[in-house]
Amino acid sequence: MNLLNLVLALPLAGFLVTLVLPKNNANVIRLFALILSLAVFVLSLGLAAPFHETGNGNWFVTDVPWIQSPEIRYHVGLDGLSLWLVLLSTLLTPVSILVSWKYIDRRVKEFYAFLLLLEFGLIGVFVAWDLFLFYVFWEVSLVPMYFLIGVWGHERRIYAAVKFFLYTMAGSVLMLAAIIFLYNKAGTFDYVNLVDLLQRGRLVLTSQEQLLLFLAFFVAFAIKVPLFPLHTWLPDAHVEAPTAGSIMLAAVMLKMGCYGLVRFCLPMFPQAAHRCQSWIVILAIIGIIYGALVAMVQPNMKKLVAYSSVSHLGFVVLGVFSFTQNGLDGAVYQMLNHGISTGALFMLVGYLYERTHSLEIKDYGGVSTPAPLLATVFLITMLASIGLPTLNNFVGEYLVLQGSAAVNFNWTIAAAVGVILSACYMLWLYQRVFVGETNKSLSHHHPFLDMNGRELAAALPLVVLMVWMGVYTKTFLPMVSAANQRIIEQSKTGVETLVETQGGKRIAELRELVHGR
Amino acid sequence: MQHLWLIPLLPLAGFLINGLIGKRLPNFPVSVIAVASVALSFGWVLKTLSALGPLETAHVEHYYTWFQSGTLNVGVDLAVDRLTAVMLLVVTGVGLLIHIYAIGYMAHEGGYYRFFSYMNLFMFFMLTLVLGANFLLMFVGWEGVGLCSYLLIGFYTLKKSAGDAAKKAFIVNRIGDFGFSLAMFLVVVNFGSLDFQKVFDAVRPMPVEQSAGLLTAIALLFFVGATGKSAQVPLYVWLPDAMEGPTPVSALIHAATMVTAGVYMTARASVIFERSPMAMDVVAVVGVVTAAMAATIGITQFDIKKVFAYSTVSQLGYMFIACGAGAFSAGIYHLVTHAFFKALLFLGAGSVIHALGGEQDLRHMGGLMKKIPITFGVLACAWLAISGVPGFSGFYSKDEILMAAHHSSPWIYWVGVVTAGMTAFYVSRAMFLCFFGSYRGHHHPHESPFVMWGPLGVLAVLSVIGGWCFNVPHYLAPMFPLAEGAHDETLVYISVAFGLGGIALAFLMYVVSPGIPDVIANALGPIYRLVYHKYLVDELYGAVIVSPLVNGSRALLWRFMDAGLIDGIVNGTATMSRTVGGVLRLFQSGSIRSYAAWVTVGCVVLLMVLGVMAGGVQ
Repeated sequence: MNLLNLVLALPLAGFLVTLVLPKNNANVIRLFALILSLAVFVLSLGLAAPFHETGNGNWFVTDVPWIQSPEIRYHVGLDGLSLWLVLLSTLLTPVSILVSWKYIDRRVKEFYAFLLLLEFGLIGVFVAWDLFLFYVFWEVSLVPMYFLIGVWGHERRIYAAVKFFLYTMAGSVLMLAAIIFLYNKAGTFDYVNLVDLLQRGRLVLTSQEQLLLFLAFFVAFAIKVPLFPLHTWLPDAHVEAPTAGSIMLAAVMLKMGCYGLVRFCLPMFPQAAHRCQSWIVILAIIGIIYGALVAMVQPNMKKLVAYSSVSHLGFVVLGVFSFTQNGLDGAVYQMLNHGISTGALFMLVGYLYERTHSLEIKDYGGVSTPAPLLATVFLITMLASIGLPTLNNFVGEYLVLQGSAAVNFNWTIAAAVGVILSACYMLWLYQRVFVGETNKSLSHHHPFLDMNGRELAAALPLVVLMVWMGVYTKTFLPMVSAANQRIIEQSKTGVETLVETQGGKRIAELRELVHGR
Repeated sequence: MQHLWLIPLLPLAGFLINGLIGKRLPNFPVSVIAVASVALSFGWVLKTLSALGPLETAHVEHYYTWFQSGTLNVGVDLAVDRLTAVMLLVVTGVGLLIHIYAIGYMAHEGGYYRFFSYMNLFMFFMLTLVLGANFLLMFVGWEGVGLCSYLLIGFYTLKKSAGDAAKKAFIVNRIGDFGFSLAMFLVVVNFGSLDFQKVFDAVRPMPVEQSAGLLTAIALLFFVGATGKSAQVPLYVWLPDAMEGPTPVSALIHAATMVTAGVYMTARASVIFERSPMAMDVVAVVGVVTAAMAATIGITQFDIKKVFAYSTVSQLGYMFIACGAGAFSAGIYHLVTHAFFKALLFLGAGSVIHALGGEQDLRHMGGLMKKIPITFGVLACAWLAISGVPGFSGFYSKDEILMAAHHSSPWIYWVGVVTAGMTAFYVSRAMFLCFFGSYRGHHHPHESPFVMWGPLGVLAVLSVIGGWCFNVPHYLAPMFPLAEGAHDETLVYISVAFGLGGIALAFLMYVVSPGIPDVIANALGPIYRLVYHKYLVDELYGAVIVSPLVNGSRALLWRFMDAGLIDGIVNGTATMSRTVGGVLRLFQSGSIRSYAAWVTVGCVVLLMVLGVMAGGVQ
C-alpha cells in the first residue's frame, strides 16, 4: 500500500471508527477526528516528495481491477494538479474540525463522521484516474455535504440542502451519461487510456459527439464551480451551512468543478472546448463582475462572501479557457488561493456568528475595539482576497489576466474591473463590521471576546499560507506548471491528430473551428 | 553585491517587531525601534551610494524568482541608478525626519505602536517601489503604499469620516492601478518581460509614434495609474479627504513621498512616454489642468490641512507638466524640493494644530507669530520656497518646469505662471490668517517640544538651500539630457513677479484690509460657492457612478436577476417536477396488484407500438 492509498483510506477508516464510537462522549469524538485528520495531513505532506524524480509524469500510481465487467479499475495517482488540491483537502479538514469544536453541540458523532467521509470523497475525486471511480467519489462527496447542510444548518437548511443536491445531481447525471457513452465507444473507463486513444486517433468522435460530451461534462463542472448563471445554489447553501460546511464547500468542493474542467474537458474534448471558448469566457467575465456587484449589496456576511466566490471563480474559468500556460497556471493557483482565503473568510464570519448569532452586517460595527486580533486576521484575509501583492491571490489573478491578455485583450480589460470591485465590497464590509464606534448591541448578552487560542490555531496556518504563497511561489507553482504543460500539450496534439485523421477535406473547416474563434 | 535588500527590509523588521509585540511595550522602545529602523535604512542608503560611486549604469541585484510560468519570469530584483538614488535619499531622509517628529506629535495619541508599525510598513513598500527592477515589483510597492495609506488615513478608527476617507483613497487608487496593471499586461504580451532593462531596450529602437499605437496605449495606461496615485484629474478626489489621517502621515505619505510615485513612474518609463507625443500631451494637459484647478480650490478653503492638500495636488500637477514637456529631470527636481517644503508645511501645520489642541480652522487662528515663534520661523521658509521667491528651493525647480513648458507650448507656461501666482496667494493667505492679526481662538497656544521642531529646523534649511545645493537635473543628465536652448531671463522675471504679486495681494487682503475677501466672495456669489464646494466633483461622482452602481446592483442584479429570474426558473422547475412527480406517484401505489396491472398495460402498449412501427417499416 503506497502513501497515497494510505492517505485516501485513513479518512474512510476514521469515518467507520467514528460511527462505532460511543456517542455520549463528545470530546473523545472530537479529539479522535482531530488527531486522525492531523495525521492524514502530516502524511499527505509526503505526497509532494516524488515530484522531482518523476518530473512531468504521475506518481504514487495504483492501477488494479475493481469490477470485472464492466471493467472498472481502481486507478489512482498524483500529478502537480491533483497534489495541491489533495493537500488543500487534508489541511482544511482538521481546520474545520477545530472550528466546529464548540459550534457543533448536537449529533456530534454524526457530524465528525460526515466530515471525515467528505474528506475521503474529496481526496478521491482529485486522485481518481478512472472515470467511473471519479464519478463514485464525486457522488460520495455530495452525500455528506448534503447532510452537513441539512442537519446542522440554519433555519432554511432543508431548502438549501435540497437545492444544492438537485443542482449538483442534474449536472452529475449528464456527466454519468457522457461517461457511459464514452465507455460504449471505447470500451474503457480509464482516463489515461481514453486520452491516449483520442490523441492517437484510435478513438474518433464526430464533432457533434464531442460537443455533446464536452457539454455534458462541462455543465456538471460548471454547476459545481459555479459559473454564472448556474450559481444560485451557492449563496443559499453557504448561508444555511454550518461554518465547517461553508469552509469545506467553498475551499475544496467548488474546486472539484474547476479541477474537472482542467482535467477532463480540456484534454478529452479539445476541439469542442476551443469551439465553446468565447461564450464560456463571456460567462466567466459576467460572473466576475456580476458576482462582485451583487456581493457589494448583500446585507448578510455569508452571502457576501458567497457571491465574492462567484466572482473569484470566474477568474479560474477565464484562466482555464484562455488555453495558455499563464492562464492555466494562474487558474490552478487561484483555486488554491481561493480555498485558503475564502476558507478563512468563512471561518472568521463563523467566529463572529458564534459570538452574536447574527450574520447581518448591520448588527455589527466597531468590532476591532473589543476584538483587535480577530480584526487583524480578518484584515489580512481580506487583503489576500482582494489581491494585494505579497499575498497569495495576487499571483493567481495576475497570471490569469496575463494569460487572457495574450488571447484577447478586451477580456482582460473587462475582467480586471472585477479587481476594482473586489476592493469596493470587501473594504465596505470591513468598515461596517470592524471600524467605527462599537455597536452597542454587540455586548448586549455577553462581553464580545477576542479570538481564543483554538480559534487562532485554526486561522494561523491559513494566514501563513497567504503570505508564503504570495512571496515564495517556488514551493507550489513549478509542480502546477508542469502538470498544466502536459495538459496543454494534450489539448494541442488532440487537435492536430484529429485534423490529420479526418482527411484533407475537413482540415480547413476544423482549423477554422479551432483557431478561428 | 551591496545588499540592497537591507534598505527596505530594515523598516519591515521594525514593522514586524512593533506589530507583533509593540502593544506590550511602553512608548519609548516602540519609537526607538521605529526610528532606528528608518535611520539604519538611511545609513545603508548612504553607504551603498558612496560604495557604488558615480552610478553611470544601473546596479542590479537578483535574489530569487518570484514566479515563473511558461516563458514569463518575474524576479525579486532590486536596482539602483541615479533616479533611484535621488528617490532613496528623499524617501529615507525625509522619512527619518518625519518619524522623529512623530515621536512628539503622537505622544498623547492612542495606538502609538500601531501608528509606528504602519509607518515602518509604509517605508518598506515605498522603498520597494523605488528599488524594484521590474514593473511588477514596482507594482508591489505601489499597491503596498496604497494599503499603508489606507491604514493610516483610517488611523482614528472611531471616526466615521476617517473610515470613509480611507476607503475612498483605496478604491480610487485601485481604479488607477487598473490602468497600471493593464499596461503591464500589454508590456508582457508585446515584450515578453517586465524587467525595466529588457523592456526599455526593446522599446528604444522603436520609432516615435505619430498616431496612437501600442506605445501610446501602454504609456496612457501607465499614466492612468499615475493619476490615481499622484492625485491628478480626474482621480484626485481622494487626496483632500486623506487629511483625516494624523499630520505626520499627511506630510510623509500625502505630500513628500507616496503621492510623488506617479511622477517617479512616469520618469522611470520615460523611454516609452517619449515615443508617444500624444501621451506626452495628455500628461502635460492633465498636469496643467490639475495644477490650476486645485489652486483655485486652495484659495477658498479654511482648513489649514485642506489648503495644503490642494496645494499638493496642484504642485504634483507642475511635476506632470514637466514630464509632459519632456523635462523629466525638472519634474524630479521639483519632486525633491517639494518634498522638503511641503513636508515642512504639513509638519509646521501639525505644530500649529498641536499648539492649539487640535484646531485646524484658519478662522480660529491668528496672531500666532509671537506665541509660537519657532514654528512661524520654519514655516516662513516653506512659505517663501513654495511661493517661488528667488534663492529659495522652490524657485529653482519651478523655474526649470516653466522654462520647459514654454519650450513645448507657451500656453501651458502662461497657465503655469498664473497658477504660481495663485499658489503664492493662497499659501500667504494661510500664513497671514494663522500668524498675523490677532488671535481668534480660545486654546492657550504653546510651542512644540524640541523633538518636533528639531526636524522642522532641518527641513527649513533644506527648503532654503535645497534648490541650489542639490542640482538634480545636472545629476540626472546622463539619464535625461538637459534641454537645449537659451535660458530666457524675461520668463523668469515674469514668474517671479507673479509669485511676489500673489504674496502682496494676500498681504493687502488679509493684513491691510481684511474686509476685502468677504466682499469679493459675496460679489462672486455662485462662482465662489462652486469653488468653495470643490466644483461639486465628489457629488457628481456620487450621483453618476456610485449610486447607480449600488442601487442598480441591488434592484436589478440581485433582486430581479438572481433572486427573481434565475431562482424563479430553478424553483419553477422544482415545482413542476413535484407536480409531475405527484401524478407519477399515483402509479407507485405500493400495491403489487396495481403494479402488475400497470406492467400488463405497459407491455400491451409497447407491443402495439412495436407492431405499428414494424408495419410502418414494411
